[in-house]
Amino acid sequence: MALSGLEIYKLLPGSSKNPEVKKHANCKECGFPTCLAFAMKLGQKQAVLAQCPYVEEESKAKLEASAAPPIRLITISANGRKLEVGNETVLFRHEKTFYHEPGLFVRVKDTQADAAEVAKAVGEYMVDYVGMNLTMNGVAVEAAGGDFAATVAAVKSACPLPLVLLVEDPAAAEAGLTAAQGTQSLLWAATPDNWEAMAKLAAQYKVPLAVRAAGGDLDALAALAEQVKGAGVEDIVLDPGVRDYDSSLAAFTQLRRLALKHNERNVGYPIIAFAGDDPVLAGQHIAKYAGFVVLDRFSSGTVYPLLVMRANIFTDPQKPIQVKPGIYEINNPKPGDPLMVTTNFSITYFSVANEIESSGIPGWLLVADAEGMSVLTAWAAGKFDAERIAKSVKTTGVAEKLSHQRIVIPGHVAVLMGELEEELPGWEINVGPREAVDLPNFLKMQWG
Amino acid sequence: MPTIEVPKEKWNGKVREITLGATAAEGGTRAKTVTVGGETTLPFLHFEGEIPRPPAIAIEVQDRKPVDWSPVLLEAWGDVTEDVAAWTKAAAEAGADVILLKFSLHDELSPDYARQVLRHVLDATGLPLIVFGPGQADLDNDVLVAVAEEGKGENFVLGVCEDKNYRTIVAAALAHGHLVNARTAMDVNLAKQLNILISDMGLPLERIVMDPTTGALGYGMEYGYSVMERLRLAALQGDGMTQQPMLVTPGEEAWRAKEARAGEGVPQAWGDWAERAINWETLTASTLVESGADIVVLRHPESVKRVRGMIDVLMSKSGVTS
Repeated sequence: MALSGLEIYKLLPGSSKNPEVKKHANCKECGFPTCLAFAMKLGQKQAVLAQCPYVEEESKAKLEASAAPPIRLITISANGRKLEVGNETVLFRHEKTFYHEPGLFVRVKDTQADAAEVAKAVGEYMVDYVGMNLTMNGVAVEAAGGDFAATVAAVKSACPLPLVLLVEDPAAAEAGLTAAQGTQSLLWAATPDNWEAMAKLAAQYKVPLAVRAAGGDLDALAALAEQVKGAGVEDIVLDPGVRDYDSSLAAFTQLRRLALKHNERNVGYPIIAFAGDDPVLAGQHIAKYAGFVVLDRFSSGTVYPLLVMRANIFTDPQKPIQVKPGIYEINNPKPGDPLMVTTNFSITYFSVANEIESSGIPGWLLVADAEGMSVLTAWAAGKFDAERIAKSVKTTGVAEKLSHQRIVIPGHVAVLMGELEEELPGWEINVGPREAVDLPNFLKMQWG
Repeated sequence: MPTIEVPKEKWNGKVREITLGATAAEGGTRAKTVTVGGETTLPFLHFEGEIPRPPAIAIEVQDRKPVDWSPVLLEAWGDVTEDVAAWTKAAAEAGADVILLKFSLHDELSPDYARQVLRHVLDATGLPLIVFGPGQADLDNDVLVAVAEEGKGENFVLGVCEDKNYRTIVAAALAHGHLVNARTAMDVNLAKQLNILISDMGLPLERIVMDPTTGALGYGMEYGYSVMERLRLAALQGDGMTQQPMLVTPGEEAWRAKEARAGEGVPQAWGDWAERAINWETLTASTLVESGADIVVLRHPESVKRVRGMIDVLMSKSGVTS
């Protein structure tokens, strides 16, 4: 568990009871004026312990243990495509942020004739969301009685993404790992029956290993993780063996709390969740604490919303995604083409810009600095008012690019019309639609 | 072998219990009432507290066929959208716990018209109602005052009350025995403040539903999600002004998104239109249910089915192992 600056201070020479150590209190050799200042920087992870030459061994051990993340970072990879999960520090995104998006995987079976075809589609899938390219993270290949090694090889050559190997028979697992060589796959799963052989394979092939307990038995899960770790496997993933909404929510919440708030090292690992064919369950897994989510079916109309949801939940609440304020030229506008204004919240900007762009209508989009808020939120917070809009008209010099003095404001801020007329004498203020999707129609009907 | 103790949090707060609708014995005409709230822990964590009842699902019907709804929605309902009584019956059959009647903006909208529409809806269903005005302050006041009087004693939820426009609506609720929906723009303190302003007018907190404003998936959902998590945490920690049950409108928000409305001229990677659109609504709704929503207002019958399926399992207590 991470220590606070004050807790760290108690372990530094400034607080030592040993006079030989205490004499180095506030020696400044670390580069900070006092031990307390250094402790604060350590707490904020802006300094490293090695900067203090006098810290006692016992303190060092405590500090190093506390520095280890409460949920271990697990990496899997293939062909340079990497997925990192874990290392989370909070239960609620507003407390800080969620750091590592859970990987989305699609399950294929080794008895499935189109396994490679599905894998190829999963690997090629990419969708644009507010300027980000969202992609899937891999394929989970299941040993279901077919030729596991051949299927793994076929999937690997069809899809550049990392793999999860769903196999419990150690002999089949080894064949799969051999076929997957050159990638860093996740091996699922070690159970109370097979863990020794699976741990040996995971250590030998240097891959992370998932441990699986039955029916949400967290005692059994922690015990299994401890055994596997004792056998030399450091990179562990947890499967508490729950599959429905209620038991997943209970088990995953408990695991997250145990790792973060109770310093329960044996469950300080990411979780793998199986959502079956249910996007709503996958959504719960994304919001509530899974590190890997396995879907049974790949379909664009389902994974697109899930990928967007993941991007939303894992957005840093302290840093809404913003675009740079200024003038954006869309479809090569001429001086007579329409001028529209919106805020610099990325979702707002992209909604508006995409509508104009796909309509083919040329236009000038003025993006006002509203501190990254959407139109309504910014308006409510006083960050998108007549004064700010007028200021961005003036500071960007957009008037010099135009042969007219007309500006379209979002329908949600129609109330600003009067004030804006005062702020921009000589301008005609038009109230546009409330939603970006209605903008092309508005421009066709109203502008001319 | 060490035994892991189930990590439970101690909460001393509780979400207020609020009942929608009134039966004949209670001064109304509803066949049944719906109570929400009463939770003493975070959503569905049965292992550490009480979740005495499931969140309620309201289905939105409008006084006339909507002109701006996605064809995916209009096709799903078919001809009933032409007639508010038929639509109300179909919504009840589709599994609604509550009917949300939304008045749209058009020239015929008047207090008398609103009374007539309300009559049709009251006659068509025995479910409790939520009634929303068209969203313009003056018209909202006219419509809601008329509706409140016409349905005296029915214990509707009247909406939308916002900080700029709550007095008339709250007065109507006080005078005629109704509840109000208090909407604020995704902010914990604004939500508390409006609850205080409304209760200062004399409306008991047992008659205020809190609406923290919903953003659709992809369009700011995470803001509403986190504000709801913070409101619910505050409620459980004992902050009395955050203990109102929460109402959210994922149906309306999700179906405004281009992903739900546009079938053509969209990227191929968006996939099948209906599949994507329904996922847009259900994922918005289910995520908000997980963050503490007590009433979710939906639009598509398939979304109702899916969200109901999720809630049923979340209420099954399959996750209680000890």
